[in-house]
Amino acid sequence: MECVFGMVGDGFAVVAADTSAVHSILVHKTDEDKVMLLDSHKLLGASGEGGDRVQFTEYIQKNMHLYQFRNGIPLTTAAAANFTRGELATALRKNPYFVNILLAGYDKDIGPSLYYIDYIATLHKIDKGAFGYGSYFSLSMMDRHYHPGMSVEEAIDLVDNIIAEIRSRLVIAPPNFVIKIVDQDGARVYGWRESIKDVDIPKA
Amino acid sequence: MSIFEYNGSALVAMVGKNCFAIASDRRLGVQLQTIATDFQRVYKIHDKLYVGLSGLATDAQTLHQRLVFRHKLYQLREERDMKPETFASLVSALLYEKRFGPYFCQPVIAGLGDDDVPFICTMDCLGAKELAKDFVVSGTASESLYGACESMYKPNMEPDELFETISQALLASVDRDCLSGWGGYVLLVTPTEVQEKILKGRMD
Repeated sequence: MECVFGMVGDGFAVVAADTSAVHSILVHKTDEDKVMLLDSHKLLGASGEGGDRVQFTEYIQKNMHLYQFRNGIPLTTAAAANFTRGELATALRKNPYFVNILLAGYDKDIGPSLYYIDYIATLHKIDKGAFGYGSYFSLSMMDRHYHPGMSVEEAIDLVDNIIAEIRSRLVIAPPNFVIKIVDQDGARVYGWRESIKDVDIPKA
Repeated sequence: MSIFEYNGSALVAMVGKNCFAIASDRRLGVQLQTIATDFQRVYKIHDKLYVGLSGLATDAQTLHQRLVFRHKLYQLREERDMKPETFASLVSALLYEKRFGPYFCQPVIAGLGDDDVPFICTMDCLGAKELAKDFVVSGTASESLYGACESMYKPNMEPDELFETISQALLASVDRDCLSGWGGYVLLVTPTEVQEKILKGRMD
């Protein structure tokens, strides 16, 4: 049910994820942020088993920061992706993490990049990718409408069309999505796409 | 579905007259879904030695990293490149180390040995070596590849004819296998040069 997808455009990369935290038939919350800011110029969109997702992504984030403190410079996106794959691969035959990851980043000399890392530590650099049941719709939409070097407007338009497709065609479609973008100015939230807001409970 | 068929792959290596060719398909899939159409399966160890790794992509990537590490250590200690026969024994040993929890990979090793005599071999996931004088195959399309190579192969082919033969054998075989395909990648190695070519076949 978890949908994460992303693509690379002209000087930026965008990652979108649903924001439902679900346990069996119960929706705990609809504003769970599954796209983590790894550092100033990296995004980590993760989908998978709840505890593993938070635990593993926080572990990767703290290690990114540790490298930066120790060495004074941040890791490149490729290095971060390979480190993440290494951690998943080492854990694979001991206590595997069931977390699928899309890692997007912007490097000064290289530009934007997107890496696909699945839960058994398969790493591949891609232009467009998706995980979860939503991937059946998002990959097809991207195959049809994506082209290299899209502008931000075109890419967000495509992301919105994908979200609309997921909402209309996936049986238990997540109601809300978050869209984050990373470009030369850094990684940040681009917007939320909400169709259900959590109800504010009045204090007793 | 077997773990060897999780990602899908097709690999073939052929011996010609003082040359060899190694070819792979380009699909990276997760069972029935295609993730990428530019996945690399053939890795360079040194100028005259290449290894193709079919099977589970994560294990192929881990094994490749370990092999490059071991070869670099060898180069530091011996101050020369590894011979293909030696490398094949190394791969076999690495695989058998994991006898009761193996890497789900079937390597295809191709290189030019002493006096530029071509050498090819394959092994199963436990390191059982299979030397051959003509061709070796591996991957989900291996049965089709055996048939195609057996009928198309001739001994002592010149580089151009070898390239043509291996390309036709690869494309014909992957067309009968739904888990491999999306084009081909052929590497033709002679004592003086290396040619890399991308094939366009049925893109499905």
